[in-house]
Amino acid sequence: MSLASRPLSSLAGISSRAGQTPTDSDQPVKIDVDRLNFYYGPKRALDSISIQIRANLVTAFIGPSGCGKSTFLRTLNRMNDIIPGTRAEGTVLVDGESIYAPGVDVVALRRRVGMVFQKSNPFPKSIFENVAYGLRINDMAQSKAELNDRVEESLRQAAIFDEVKDRLHESALALSGGQQQRLCIARALAIRPEILLMDEPASALDPIATQRIEELIYDLKKSYTIVIVTHNMQQAARVSDYTAFFWLGRLVEYDRTDRIFTAPAEKLTEDYVTGRCG
Amino acid sequence: MRHRADLVFKLVALSTLVFALVTLAALVFDVVADGAGRLDWQFLTSLASRRPEDAGIYHALAGSIWVIVLTGALAMPLGVAAAVYLEEYGTRSRWARFIEINIANLAAVPSIIYGLLGLGVFVRVMGMGRSVMAGACTLALLALPVVILSTREALRTVPSTIREGSYALGATKWQTIWHQVLPMAMPGILTGLILSLSRAIGETAPLITIGALTYIPFAPDGIWSPFTVLPIQIFNWVSRPQAAFKENAAAGILVLMALLLAMNAIAVFLRDRMQRQGRS
Amino acid sequence: MRTRRIEWLIEHALFLCAALSVLTTAGIIIVLSVETFEFLREVPLLEFLTGTEWTPLFANPRFGVMPLVAGTLLVSAIAMAVALPMGLLSAIYLSEYAPERVRRVVKPVLEVLAGVPTVVYGYFALLFVTPLLQRIFPQMSGFNALSPGIVMGIMILPLVSSLAEDAMRAVPRGLREGSYALGATQMQTALKVVVPAAFSGITAAFILAVSRAVGETMIVAIAAGQQPRLTASPFVPLETMTAYIVQVSLGDTPQGTLEYRTIFAVGMLLFLMTFGLNLVSTWLRERFREEYS
Repeated sequence: MSLASRPLSSLAGISSRAGQTPTDSDQPVKIDVDRLNFYYGPKRALDSISIQIRANLVTAFIGPSGCGKSTFLRTLNRMNDIIPGTRAEGTVLVDGESIYAPGVDVVALRRRVGMVFQKSNPFPKSIFENVAYGLRINDMAQSKAELNDRVEESLRQAAIFDEVKDRLHESALALSGGQQQRLCIARALAIRPEILLMDEPASALDPIATQRIEELIYDLKKSYTIVIVTHNMQQAARVSDYTAFFWLGRLVEYDRTDRIFTAPAEKLTEDYVTGRCG
Repeated sequence: MRHRADLVFKLVALSTLVFALVTLAALVFDVVADGAGRLDWQFLTSLASRRPEDAGIYHALAGSIWVIVLTGALAMPLGVAAAVYLEEYGTRSRWARFIEINIANLAAVPSIIYGLLGLGVFVRVMGMGRSVMAGACTLALLALPVVILSTREALRTVPSTIREGSYALGATKWQTIWHQVLPMAMPGILTGLILSLSRAIGETAPLITIGALTYIPFAPDGIWSPFTVLPIQIFNWVSRPQAAFKENAAAGILVLMALLLAMNAIAVFLRDRMQRQGRS
Repeated sequence: MRTRRIEWLIEHALFLCAALSVLTTAGIIIVLSVETFEFLREVPLLEFLTGTEWTPLFANPRFGVMPLVAGTLLVSAIAMAVALPMGLLSAIYLSEYAPERVRRVVKPVLEVLAGVPTVVYGYFALLFVTPLLQRIFPQMSGFNALSPGIVMGIMILPLVSSLAEDAMRAVPRGLREGSYALGATQMQTALKVVVPAAFSGITAAFILAVSRAVGETMIVAIAAGQQPRLTASPFVPLETMTAYIVQVSLGDTPQGTLEYRTIFAVGMLLFLMTFGLNLVSTWLRERFREEYS
């Protein structure tokens, strides 16, 4: 059954249940979204999204192409601001503070909420400089020694230090795809964000590189809150603690990963995860 | 029958190109034939003189170099700044559109009009007199539209993913531009700058108008000094009736063309080197 | 936030640099207007525009600008007679016929032609082309309109060729293919389909070329002469608007005098002519772009 033929009425009864925080978690709420609407010009891309994302867990966003999951991810660090004509309504709270309030320092927000992109985008500089960039512009290292230490720490956290430690000053573009992506993760981690947003981080990588990224995510969640967008349901099932399912700009269901994939509450969710639609 | 007409047409079209090629060859040949004999060390190091055998190109060459370096120093920051604004900041405002139209128009204004502008504003109102500085300011205005255009193109070659990656790390717009975008665009920017300067070095009319002298027997000793440049000296010699000056003019042209070739070669070299650096 | 203030300052500093272009245009208009206004206080506009004698530096000065305009137009017409047909043919060849090998040779040559300083072209016109033409036309004098006109045409040819070629390449492949499918030859397709389709783009190129010819200075300053003359003969000395400005700038005319102001009045006329031509050309190019984007 195609997207277009699914009757919209089937979505009607969902909004009352979706977004309710599953109560079986004792992690504090890190991101609290309430009735978020998002527009590209006149077109509404996100419809009344409400969700609470918990700290130090991995939350996956799944759904078919164009359902809004990447758009929603980007609202969490206000990356959509750089696209002209976009507008957000509703509230997004990070640690209890609204990030869309007037006067909010977007630059400071992005230091706390880091992002890794679908296609790795290392700067055309050396491996060292890529990681050091975030530290430099945010004035985060007081001395050269401290800079070196922080760069090494980030590269270790991203499980890539051993592979590059002898060529830190060579171009980042000489690395393989999987290495570049781990470098981008290191770059994001260097500024010590609290939340890490990952937009399909392994979609351009081969299975072995993908596995390394997934292992990395598992390790990282001890220190970070991770939100990952993926179109690969098996990946979501492997990697995440909670999963949110999006459809046509709406949040359909949000629950523990094992429940979403074995006993979803909504029929639409069940149809999607079993491959019957989308 | 139709195919014969087609062939004839093709030959006619090709022959126009051949004609252009032949003319260029004739020009080069003519200048080399007239001037190569005169080109020697004495010619390069002597100053102007009323006697053709003694006259040299040194003062004009020095003047050209003074003016071009100063023009580049003025045009590059102003041009890059304007291009950065138009390309990175102001893309939507009405002001930006108005400025763009202005720049497009200015690119097609005859260079002698810039000379009149320089005469009115720099030489008189701002009191710079007939100095190297006035000449450089005038030529900088002349070069600006081209510098802005080529810088904008260079900025456009920087992929948006680089900017996004920088913003995501908490960089401001200016930090992103200064640390990522400009360095990546620099080869294109420098190439455009050098090419526009190589055009400026052949400019004669605006500098005559602001008062560069055609007879000045010394090289400039500062930016406020009077001056002349290579093309003006060539013009001066061409205008003299004595046949011997014709050789000087041709030799001067050879020096000018050599300078042009050198500048173009530097532009290409810089661009290749920087592209290689960016890669590894 | 400190950074916010700095960002604001930087953005506005960059804006000022961009706005310099507006200042430049304003400067041109103001400088020309002020001096022209002063000039017109002493010389009536009608006499300036329609008078047929231009002798401002003589004891009994006359300020009719027609000879200069006629000189400019004559040289430009000759240049266009060379540049337009040859430029268009060259563009057709490059756009419709030329194999990659030929393009790789021809395009750099055209770029070199366009990059030669005009002083060098002036030298070539005076000392090579004029003697050559004098062998064909013995009545031709050392300064004339034909020689700089032809050389100017060759200098402008690359401009016409490259702009016309751009216009023709913008014409969609589908139109050509439709024509070939009906059995037309390349020439028929080029002349009857592509050129008409690219018409406004090509016309824009032509008009820009005229503007370039009108504003050209050194070739005529060297090879055309300094005798303002209302004539249609390409064989006699004359003077163009641009050469006149150079002539006075080289002389000792003191500032602030009427004679001195003539260069601004002539400059104003020149500016208005080229500006008008450029506007038309831009308008045509915009219209062409709308058709094919």
